[in-house]
Amino acid sequence: MAPSRPHLPGISFVLADRGGLVLLAVLAASAVLVPALNMLVSPESAMHVPTYMVSLLGKYLTFALLALSVDLIWGYCGILSLGHGAFFALGGYAMGMHMMRQIGERSVYGNPLLPDFMVFLNWKELPWYWHGFDSFAFAAVMVVAVPGVLAFVFGWFAFRSRVTGVYLSIITQAMTFALMLAFFRNDMGFGGNNGLTDFKDLLGFNLQSDGMRASLFAASALALALSYAACRFIVSSRLGRVLVAVRDAESRTRFLGYRVENYKLFVFVVSAMLAGVAGALYVPQVGIINPSEFTPANSIEIVIWVAVGGRGRLYGAVLGAILINYAKSYFTGALPEIWLFILGGMFIATTLFLPRGIVGSIPALIFPKWKPRLTGAAE
Amino acid sequence: MTFLPKSQRFLIVVMAAAGFLTALNPAAAAFKDDVSALAGKSFKAKIEAIEKIAASGDERTVPVLDALLKGNLYARNADGKVVLTEKKGAVYVLFDPLTGKEVGQEAKGKIEKIRVNNRLRGIIQGALGGLTLFSNDAQQRAKAADAVFKSRPAAMIPILEKALKRETDAAVRTRMELALAATRLVSSKDTPLRLAAIKTLSTDATTEVRALLGSFAASSTEAPVQHAAKKALSDIEERLAFWNAVGNVFQGVSLGSVLLLAAVGLAITFGVMGVINMAHGELVMLGAYTTFVVQELFRAYMPGAFDYSLFVAVPAAFLVVGAFGIAIERGIIRFLYGRPLETLLATWGVSLFLQQLVRSIFGPTNREVGNPSWMSGYIEATGGLVLTYNRIYIIIFSLMVIGLLALLLQKTSFGLKMRAVTQNRRMAGSMGIRTGRIDALTFGLGSGIAGVAGVALSQIDNVSPNLGQSYIIDSFMVVVFGGVGNLWGVLVGAFSLGLVNKFLEPVAGAVLAKIFVLVAIILFIQKRPRGLFALKGRAVEN
Repeated sequence: MAPSRPHLPGISFVLADRGGLVLLAVLAASAVLVPALNMLVSPESAMHVPTYMVSLLGKYLTFALLALSVDLIWGYCGILSLGHGAFFALGGYAMGMHMMRQIGERSVYGNPLLPDFMVFLNWKELPWYWHGFDSFAFAAVMVVAVPGVLAFVFGWFAFRSRVTGVYLSIITQAMTFALMLAFFRNDMGFGGNNGLTDFKDLLGFNLQSDGMRASLFAASALALALSYAACRFIVSSRLGRVLVAVRDAESRTRFLGYRVENYKLFVFVVSAMLAGVAGALYVPQVGIINPSEFTPANSIEIVIWVAVGGRGRLYGAVLGAILINYAKSYFTGALPEIWLFILGGMFIATTLFLPRGIVGSIPALIFPKWKPRLTGAAE
Repeated sequence: MTFLPKSQRFLIVVMAAAGFLTALNPAAAAFKDDVSALAGKSFKAKIEAIEKIAASGDERTVPVLDALLKGNLYARNADGKVVLTEKKGAVYVLFDPLTGKEVGQEAKGKIEKIRVNNRLRGIIQGALGGLTLFSNDAQQRAKAADAVFKSRPAAMIPILEKALKRETDAAVRTRMELALAATRLVSSKDTPLRLAAIKTLSTDATTEVRALLGSFAASSTEAPVQHAAKKALSDIEERLAFWNAVGNVFQGVSLGSVLLLAAVGLAITFGVMGVINMAHGELVMLGAYTTFVVQELFRAYMPGAFDYSLFVAVPAAFLVVGAFGIAIERGIIRFLYGRPLETLLATWGVSLFLQQLVRSIFGPTNREVGNPSWMSGYIEATGGLVLTYNRIYIIIFSLMVIGLLALLLQKTSFGLKMRAVTQNRRMAGSMGIRTGRIDALTFGLGSGIAGVAGVALSQIDNVSPNLGQSYIIDSFMVVVFGGVGNLWGVLVGAFSLGLVNKFLEPVAGAVLAKIFVLVAIILFIQKRPRGLFALKGRAVEN
């Protein structure tokens, strides 16, 4: 931060970030407005937001959170993870397991303890790793703990051995691919091919009800806002500057005496936990989690959200995720055969013509004198 | 329920005519008695009758025994006459088994089915087998020998001996010998004969032989024979284990050759040029579709030369996909040199684009790519080991491709320039090498090889727009494992991954084996971040 700015202890990192302030304001407004327009305005009114739209927007917000987690490591530390979908999916599975346990006797087979797919597979007992998920608090801990532990183990090995650049990208991809194969197996006890679905309620509220959907939307907005503030805090801190140094000159940072692998490991674990939270909010809003969330293609798509939005700016990732997913919803509905052309074209065009993404390039085109203010921005 | 096939019914009539002419023949009279004896209650009597019928050599034997086996042979309640039946609505039409003529109709209650039990069925099957041992069709004879092997009636020994003397087909002969040995083993009391039978049986390794030897060893009371059977059994098990291992090696080498083909193009683009080409799988897929188009052209214009279509498809795929590669390099990648992560994203975009392009042109479903006749079929080695020709050809082909590539890199002027640009771009440029052109050609070469790989993969995999996706991760694993910038590394990497995968598969199952391999590679990279055969020296740092 430039020293000329007024020093506001505590929240200065927020105030210095104009794009972020806009984002937080929009999130706060929509967290109130969207549920209100859905529940208080009569369905005939033009202002009414239908329930499916609330869930759709909520889904976009979870994707935005996921993109934010990727931008934290890619934009600020240069770690290009092509396996972040795995952390997202693991968070989602943890939440899905909780909701499976909540179904109880209302399942098709009516077994109070075992989910349907286990009864179908003739299992007699709940596997040990399913215990505890009947408690929401336990599941909520697992939502961050499971991706966090996986990221810690994976990162501990990878960063210590100085696996960097494309090699890291390729093994993260191998990781999510291996998890996908594993979760497709019925013996794993996660519902195999079909995954977990048919959820009934969460915390005692019916998932199909308008109120619950609005609450989930508001929760997603809140989670995104809090995560955004947390990420902004991290990248504005001293630690954040070391991260940027690692991104730009890893060897030099190491020679200056920083334990590069510890910094990387920290930010990688935080990012994985955020992805887990995103997954946990995603699953109740779409009503299903299955192994296809682990496909490497999904993880690569997250990266393009960040790249299109503008890498290394945090709010760029949010914008990119929402824009691209809106475009995806629109095109896969209206012109399904050209969606992949557009997505593919976007990958190519962004890397060639908009290396700094929308928020890094468009304002510069409109206002030639405008310069990005954040020193952390990727060039 | 249908009765005998028409042709067979016709046969009965013809045979019946012949039988009528020999009505006064004492043998024919005996046949009549034996057929009548089938209606008796005692199974022992029935067996006797069946064996007599089978030994009679009468032409009417086959239809009668066949009907008995299928439950179409009845006895008429009124006079106890044995009849062949055909169900027609609610009633049964009856035929005389001796003349083949219709002898009236009866309701279900007026006739009684001649019952057979499992033991009887086995004997009938064996007897029928014996009768077709002399068929003109080698396949029929082989089937008959197998039927005898299963039922092993003692009465078949002389018939088998007779059939063996006439047999000229080596494969059928082997099966007859096995059947004879099996029959002798269970029915003979003569020790040396049984020992010889065990010896013959031990040359085969099918489950039936093992089951027979196993039960024989368990029940036999004669020490030397029992011992021989046990030893034969353990010999067979050992041999099976050996062939199983050979089979695994073949499967592993075969998978390795597929991985090698898929990865070798990547070794050029990623290994030599440092370009992460995520569209590599799609280039393979384009090669497979080129094969499809070439084959369609052959089908339309030169159906007679279809077997040679692959010889056209290989160069065609190399040129078409190579051209795609050059276009991608000139259009996109050359602006991104030195930015590997951006290259990765851009080429991923290319891959999505190509997938959708192919889907729009050729449709989302699998396209039919044919195997030429010289590639279909298989070699059946002993021990149940089957080597399919297409796999064998692909192994040879993959080695040819990598051999040619090594020659190109080491022995030609283009290879020399390529290596020079890789090692020191600026110096190479200063020496007058047009580096941009070399880049494009190198990328084109890597892509062209991907296309050639697509031709090979089209022979063993489904040709669909998703073909490339299934190979991209595997090929990256091979290159990363083997070490970047090294053809030798790709070769070793591909075959070791293939072998490890196939040896793990029987133990852990296909999916777990793949997961183990992936995890092993992830751990391996921690140990050797630059792969098995890493480049050393300055080039590594850049």
